[in-house]
Amino acid sequence: MATTSKQYKAIGEDLWKSRTDKINSELFSLTYGALVVQLIQDYEDYAVVNKQLEKMGYNIGTRLIEDFLARSSLGRCSDFREVGEVAAKVGFKSFLNITPTVTHSGVPPPSARPTSTVQQSGVPGSSFILTLDENPLAEFVELPDEALEGGLWFSNVLCGVLRGALEMVQMQVQVEFLSDVLRGDESTEIRVTLLKYLEEEVPVGDD
Amino acid sequence: MAIFSLWVINKAGGLVYQRNFADGLAQLTSNEYLVLAGTLHGIHAITSRLSPTGSSSGAQVIEGETFKMTILLTATGTKFVLLTSLAEATADLVLQRVYEAYADAVMKNPFHTPEMPVRSEGFDTRITSLIGTGQP
Repeated sequence: MATTSKQYKAIGEDLWKSRTDKINSELFSLTYGALVVQLIQDYEDYAVVNKQLEKMGYNIGTRLIEDFLARSSLGRCSDFREVGEVAAKVGFKSFLNITPTVTHSGVPPPSARPTSTVQQSGVPGSSFILTLDENPLAEFVELPDEALEGGLWFSNVLCGVLRGALEMVQMQVQVEFLSDVLRGDESTEIRVTLLKYLEEEVPVGDD
Repeated sequence: MAIFSLWVINKAGGLVYQRNFADGLAQLTSNEYLVLAGTLHGIHAITSRLSPTGSSSGAQVIEGETFKMTILLTATGTKFVLLTSLAEATADLVLQRVYEAYADAVMKNPFHTPEMPVRSEGFDTRITSLIGTGQP
């Protein structure tokens, strides 16, 4: 199985190229922009809009993961660090054609863990930060002052997508924006923190 | 060389899709299929714990005298089960293609509720073009 960063990049590149139905990126940016503006008009509360964007992203993520797994044929990641690598180099690349850089942090897992059912290792609390150099969702966007003051995270749908996708593969994570160039920050950063692994529930005597 | 049947089982063990192709299997009622799928789900979970070498996936191929059952377990807990004749060599490949069709036609339909029975014409059409009558 692929372990090197170069192999992941190659897989991501292949997946992107093999997708035959690509959409015009401006149409995509325009559609997303119209969506956010409509939500702002409907809810008039930027915190609520953030939450709605995240919820929409969650619904997308729970479905998108199947497409990702079906096409990439990647197995389970062995630890949370690998999750970050795969998400950035294969996930983001194959769907958005961007490769965010990954910065890992968190306590490295101890070498001998006497757990039989947990196949992955990674201490709850470990996290990684994705730094996006470019963001196709926010291509021509400039946030007005009220949005800046209201605390809008324009691309919050991405947080939901990551949360939904990872929950389907038994990881409960917290995903949030740390900074966004749309808000005048230096870079666009998303932090993904592992809360816990969800143990598979085998129904006992299910009738 | 024949493909008899395809089952799709959700992560809770419920049968969400079942379809027969070539003749050769007994015709069962839909309730019997549900029970069989739930049983297989339980067996699959048990086999993963039976491994003498530590952690392992569940059973992937179950063979009998007249048929073979190939199981693809996805990382999301969905199981794709293909019942074929013993001679059929393409089961793994077919299952991979079925998974792709499922990811497209089923999961991407916003009106489909995940883990619920699959009622999708698009999926049926894709499966027909993939497996056809089950005979080569």
